[in-house]
Amino acid sequence: MRTADLIRFARDAANGSPLRTSLLILAMAIGVAAVVVLTALADGARRYVLNQFSAIGSNLVIVLPGRSQTGGFNPGNAITSTPRDLTIDDAQALLRASAVHRVAPLAVGTSEISVGGRLREVMVAGTTAEFIAVRRLTLAQGRFLSSGDWRRGASEAVIGARIRDELFGREEALGQLVRVGDRRVRIVGILAATGQGLGMNTDELVIVPVALAQAMFNSNTLFRILVEANGREAIAPAKAQVSEIIRLRHEGEQDVTVITQDAVLATFDRILGTLTVAVAGIAAISLAVAGILVMNVMLVSVTQRTAEIGLLKALGATRKTIRNVFLTEAAMLSLAGALLGFALGHAAAALIRQLVPAFPALPPDWAVLAGVATALATGLAFGVLPARRAALLDPVQSLARR
Amino acid sequence: MGAPLIELSAIERVFHLGDSRVHALQSIDLCITAGEYVSVMGPSGSGKSTLLNLLGLLDRPDSGSYRLAGRDVTTLSADEQARVRSERIGFVFQSFHLVPRLTAAENIALPMVLAGIPPAQRGERVRQALRDYGLENRADHRPDQLSGGQRQRVAIARATIMQPALVLADEPTGNLDRTTGEEVMRLLEALNGTGVTLIVVTHDGALGARARRQLLMADGKLQHDRAGSADRPGEACGLPT
Repeated sequence: MRTADLIRFARDAANGSPLRTSLLILAMAIGVAAVVVLTALADGARRYVLNQFSAIGSNLVIVLPGRSQTGGFNPGNAITSTPRDLTIDDAQALLRASAVHRVAPLAVGTSEISVGGRLREVMVAGTTAEFIAVRRLTLAQGRFLSSGDWRRGASEAVIGARIRDELFGREEALGQLVRVGDRRVRIVGILAATGQGLGMNTDELVIVPVALAQAMFNSNTLFRILVEANGREAIAPAKAQVSEIIRLRHEGEQDVTVITQDAVLATFDRILGTLTVAVAGIAAISLAVAGILVMNVMLVSVTQRTAEIGLLKALGATRKTIRNVFLTEAAMLSLAGALLGFALGHAAAALIRQLVPAFPALPPDWAVLAGVATALATGLAFGVLPARRAALLDPVQSLARR
Repeated sequence: MGAPLIELSAIERVFHLGDSRVHALQSIDLCITAGEYVSVMGPSGSGKSTLLNLLGLLDRPDSGSYRLAGRDVTTLSADEQARVRSERIGFVFQSFHLVPRLTAAENIALPMVLAGIPPAQRGERVRQALRDYGLENRADHRPDQLSGGQRQRVAIARATIMQPALVLADEPTGNLDRTTGEEVMRLLEALNGTGVTLIVVTHDGALGARARRQLLMADGKLQHDRAGSADRPGEACGLPT
């Protein structure tokens, strides 16, 4: 029997009993749609959490002075126990790394800020223009630090929202001169209120150029170097490159610790990814149920069509032909169900995205593929038994049935 | 008379119904030459349908040999037998056995579809068959839209579309009124006139009497073998009769 004839024959047979066919397709469609929608929800949850985390800079690699891990004996340790400091030169050197997108040095100290007789103790962060992008901060007013030579900072400051409120109240803060320590700086920008984040509270921060901060605290060391990698995948290479560059600059001694914010994120990613797989597995049970339904319906179909099978045998159909006829029908019904379920699932996921725009309910490709493939496989696997039964029917007895 | 088409020797067929053994066919020796018109008669349970199923390779004997056109077909595998059915044997049934969801033309084409004949060739042969059996304007009708006589004409067209050497008809007029039955018999006999071997199973004596050779069966045995014409039955086979 030719393939085209086989398909046409199976199609006609399926059309011959519309109720049976539509119920079967529906069962298969619900199974596949369940896989698509449930994985869309689970993966949406994963992405939602990741998005929330990347708001504070998920591609961040942080360099801090000193070694927190125990290493082997190094002759350098015998002579000097204090690690080398991180410097602005170190930070600038990191820009050479291919996996690195941005670098922001950070020098931190406490000082006093005063204006018009009001005085407050504040944390002063010395950094560069890149800081705002690396930490994903937003400005409420004005501009951030001007870019330029890292070693020559202008006398300007960006202040946190809370400091603005406390020092200026209802007055205009932008453009005002304030005293920070023994320096007079001009306020050029005000950060948007963010509340407590991981690390420091930017609402109570005064940000000045790194050179100014170092002069203020009379030191040339950095507290941290914040490095933004080129992307999620570039975090690991960035970490390795950063470690290597600093090691070379520090006479071969690994005296800094490089940490990634991504480590936390990876854990979340793993947990939620596992959840997605688990949910897909649960949804796959409905596919197995649909498969068993395929088998039942096909068995009923074989019984109902016994006389027809007998006739086909009398007309010269081989066992293989009969088997193929039933397998083709099972495969076609499964395929139709899978496609319908695929469309239904995507429509449902789109609806969820419409209703809750913040929630990226998109089914992962692997889940969709696995769902459709499982539907086809179960349909075929559970179609084998009925097809075999049909093929092995005795023609004489089959023909007698009517 | 042509060459022997069917040679049965010492055919036995036993059915086991619970504890009892039913001898459906007992030591059947039969020779039918190509182009013969044979009727098989007998009461219900005499084994005539079993004989027909055996001749049509739908059933296997428990012992004995069946040679179809000189080839021993009892030892063939199920799929080889299917091929022989496809190429050499056409069936006409009492209850027509048309596929209800297919049109008349599609029902006629079914044996060619199963045999894998290309669609272009099929279309031409189906058109010819529809013309031959006066079904041109019934081509797209489904069986439930056809009269009994039309259904049996579709069935005959289907049985002959592969140009078989042998047509087996099991009570072909059983579900038809007298006039339509007469018409169907004339079609089958016309077929025999073109050289096709025709074997008709019936319990209607009048119908059976139309055949040139009549076999009478009782209790699984061949009771009578009488030729209506002067020819001695089985002559070409060289068997003692």
